[in-house]
Amino acid sequence: MREGYAAAMPANAYNWVAVWRRNFLAWRKVALASVLGNLADPMTNLFGLGLGLGIIVGRVDGTSYIAFLAGGVVATSAMTSATFETMYAAFARMHAQRTWEAILCTQLTLGDIVLGELAWAATKAVLAGTAIAIVAATLGYAAWASILYLIPVIAITGFVFASLAMVVIALAPSYDYFVFYQTLVITPMVFLCGAVFPVNQLPSAFQHVAGLLPLAHSVDLIRPAMLGLPTGGIGLHIGALCMYAVLPFFLSIALFRRRLMR
Amino acid sequence: MSTVAIDLTGVRKSFGDKIVVDGLSFSVASGECFGLLGPNGAGKSTIARMVLGMVAPDSGKMTVLGETVPARARLARMRIGVVPQFDNLELEFTVRENLLVFGRYFNMSAREVQAVVPALLEFARLESKADARVAELSGGMKRRLTLARALINDPHLLVMDEPTTGLDPHGRHLIWERLRLLLARGKTILLTTHFMEEAERLCDRLCVLEAGRKIAEGKPRELIDEQIGCQVIEIYGGDPHELSALIRPYARHIEVSGETLFCYATDPEQALVQLRGRAGLRLLQRPPNLEDVFLRLTGREMER
Repeated sequence: MREGYAAAMPANAYNWVAVWRRNFLAWRKVALASVLGNLADPMTNLFGLGLGLGIIVGRVDGTSYIAFLAGGVVATSAMTSATFETMYAAFARMHAQRTWEAILCTQLTLGDIVLGELAWAATKAVLAGTAIAIVAATLGYAAWASILYLIPVIAITGFVFASLAMVVIALAPSYDYFVFYQTLVITPMVFLCGAVFPVNQLPSAFQHVAGLLPLAHSVDLIRPAMLGLPTGGIGLHIGALCMYAVLPFFLSIALFRRRLMR
Repeated sequence: MSTVAIDLTGVRKSFGDKIVVDGLSFSVASGECFGLLGPNGAGKSTIARMVLGMVAPDSGKMTVLGETVPARARLARMRIGVVPQFDNLELEFTVRENLLVFGRYFNMSAREVQAVVPALLEFARLESKADARVAELSGGMKRRLTLARALINDPHLLVMDEPTTGLDPHGRHLIWERLRLLLARGKTILLTTHFMEEAERLCDRLCVLEAGRKIAEGKPRELIDEQIGCQVIEIYGGDPHELSALIRPYARHIEVSGETLFCYATDPEQALVQLRGRAGLRLLQRPPNLEDVFLRLTGREMER
């Protein structure tokens, strides 16, 4: 049995690239619609909340509300684009489109496929997150120099949420179940993790919970960088994010093996 | 290259309480077309998936192209081409893109894929469709593209799960012709089918399965001769019991399946003489085929 799990793991360090390139080719055919669709929502949040609420809120942590919000929107958009890419597109490839089934007939393993899908979802997170950071920088809400530093953080954030969503799609019998993950996990995280208001506004019990959630670590890395402030505890944040990326990755492979290899 | 392409010994698999493959052993020689023949639910697809390492057996030993499966199935799959039961082509990609993307799964470079694409398109008779989206192709074209895709890595072994199910007779014949061409080129084929005609036409040897068990194995002609070995008269209409009493003296045995009476006639002329006078009967005399072997072996509604 253990042998079976070992055979399902990624076979080498480069097999996943073929899966990434397959998704890239498919995306290229609908790129414009995809980019507009992915950016509309975070832009609306940034300007709607940032300017609208900003009038009432005034300054937060010594900066304008929209500049405070920008970091949260970058992290959140990385989270949602990786989550949705995995929950809907990757699930379709695994389930209805039988794309994974075709790939499993080649020399790729289940682990190669999952890794390729994660890398692709992280790529989409980088596209979405970086685009918003560029808009924020253009409007003077963020430091230009921070963007280079942001890209790897956004990529890890994308990996984390793609990896978590992989576990969800490995378990979900159909699309109908995704709404639970979305409403019970993803949406609350936006409010608990300091994306739209500072965590210290929360009751202390919630603050402790927030400290365990992956989005909080992303926000804590992204926001100070965009505001040009010093970032504390980088190692801790990166370490926590890596845990959230790696553990669900292996768990999802084991779950997919049970689901597909029988 | 070893001369044994696939070897299964005492392979068992159950899903929950249901035994799907029950102590199966068979061996496929290099260059041979080996058929797994049986009704739906006989375990054919499960066996094909086991050979590819996608289903782990509960017990038993499997070797495919010299590799222990499932542990080293990936290495075996490098030299296997698969035609799955259901098309899983990339519908939004063109024919050419499908081949390119699939070639990458075998770590082929774009140049390596481009070098083999013309021959594959010709083989699949899709030269004029190279840049058409797969969604625009007919069912037969999709199947042929699936077959071409399975050849991208120049496999030694082809595993085909019901390759012609759902095709019209023309499409089916075209696939059969392509498969014979592959056999002539020395490829090994493992074929699952519930089409007796397909098995009879293509397979060098076959294994008849029922409920995960092997009930016969051999060359199609030999199986037919061994199990039947005489002419068959199919009789439609009339009361099967009355009719079988009438022709029993001239029959080796008689079987009723649905509304049809099958008479395995040692003396077909005499049996026909008995039947010809009776109204409302339709009679067909024909040589025996694998269908008869299957009916005989599974013993559905046996009459004596």
